[in-house]
Amino acid sequence: MTTANQTAVERYRNNFLKEVEANVEEGHMVKMCMQCGVCAGSCPLGPHWTHSPQKIFMMIRAGKRDEVLGSDSMFMCTSCYNCMVRCPRQLPITHIMHGLANYAHRLGLAPKGQPTRDFATLFWNNAIKKGRVNELMLTLRHYFRGGLVSGIKEALGMQSVGLGLFLAKRLNPMEIFGGHGVKDLKGFHAIIAKAKEIEDRKKGFTS
Amino acid sequence: MAKKEYAFYPGCSSQLKASASNYLVSTNSICKSLDIKLTEIPDWNCCGASVGYCEGGELPRIAINARNFAQAETHLPGQDIVATCAACWLSARESQERLDGSAQLLKETNEALAAAGLHYNGGANVRHMVEVLIEDFGYDGLKAPMKKSLEGLKIAGYVGCQTNRPFGIDGESFENPMYLDKMVETLGGEALSKYEQKVTCCGGALAFSEPEKSQKQIRDIVESAYDHGAEMIVTPCPLCQANVEVYQSEINKKQGTKFNMPVVYYSQLMTVAYGGSAKDAALDGQLIKAEKLEKIAGK
Repeated sequence: MTTANQTAVERYRNNFLKEVEANVEEGHMVKMCMQCGVCAGSCPLGPHWTHSPQKIFMMIRAGKRDEVLGSDSMFMCTSCYNCMVRCPRQLPITHIMHGLANYAHRLGLAPKGQPTRDFATLFWNNAIKKGRVNELMLTLRHYFRGGLVSGIKEALGMQSVGLGLFLAKRLNPMEIFGGHGVKDLKGFHAIIAKAKEIEDRKKGFTS
Repeated sequence: MAKKEYAFYPGCSSQLKASASNYLVSTNSICKSLDIKLTEIPDWNCCGASVGYCEGGELPRIAINARNFAQAETHLPGQDIVATCAACWLSARESQERLDGSAQLLKETNEALAAAGLHYNGGANVRHMVEVLIEDFGYDGLKAPMKKSLEGLKIAGYVGCQTNRPFGIDGESFENPMYLDKMVETLGGEALSKYEQKVTCCGGALAFSEPEKSQKQIRDIVESAYDHGAEMIVTPCPLCQANVEVYQSEINKKQGTKFNMPVVYYSQLMTVAYGGSAKDAALDGQLIKAEKLEKIAGK
């Protein structure tokens, strides 16, 4: 168990709703859910997740901490915002799901090897490395995530697409040497470090 | 002086040789025709996109967006910020609204910005390019520079998610927004207004991480365009464009379909209608060639 998780468990005991309200982005809105299920029927990934947003919100109120923070559902979010615009109680469902995913990820409770959890981490690290996304490296790192052999197989499977994009001037092989980026990289990184420091302190992620 | 000036936030995909470079080229073409001056926000950075939530968290995501606002505020005062990418627009506008709504968040954000010697006063106005075209120019205004009609072109208007939800274009519905169809009709094309997949999600970032699940979405989007007799799909979003165009060959391979449906940006349609060449419209940037549009451009 991570230190941050241990601290949270001890601090909130049996009040998981309170923990979510305090630490999860837009978590204070969870209690507004009236269990109508419109979100569940609106999600394009509906056939694939274990719990609908509606279920997740009820589970939070029922104190099902391990089940919620270990659920794959938040990582199935494509950020289409369908649930959010249809919610009759105007819960910012997409943001809450993002927030829960981040919280579970930071506490080390999110499902291991969940493909979108891994890709999301890869994406953020890629984007902040130079301040702008390096699409070539993002693609390569994603394909080679499972090692060299499976990477070559996956990359070969997509090579016609890659070549097409290159010919259409939409993929730059030279990005392997760096690519686009912000000039004031030091300042950019300093902003992120400071923001993270403030957030970690508020949400109890500091050890 | 140009008729309208904006602080431009092109975003990572709309850079030279990036996946939506054809969007950028065609946007520049229509701006010339409409006398719009776009000035890039100096040293802008990535918005974090939606999928940045997992690792990025809340404040770091908002702070990097605020860095762009601070740059625009200092160097391009008074200008609205305009994004062409749906995800950039969404992330930036979401950040803007959160910052507008919370003095505490603005304080914390400025604490982070101070680490780079920056400060954001507040009051940025973040808009999508489509919003600017419709609200500041209007359909009649968009018609004015027309030199050619797109007559005879049957076009499925695929709006997708993030240009439509949660903000959308003022006065439009989330379930059946009409603006893209109206833009097509303004240019003389035939909008397939019964196209029922117009707001279906393409899978977004999950096209990478969960290809099987996303390709089902993409198949529906393309199939429905064929069912309605479309000759091409038009979209305002770079990720929609890339996902719906790029994965057609994969779906063909796996599922035995014969998809070959061009997917273009509204800015490419407009460039051609404004008399631009195929090169001005960056039609050489399509993986699936939009031959009928190229033909009109060559006339």
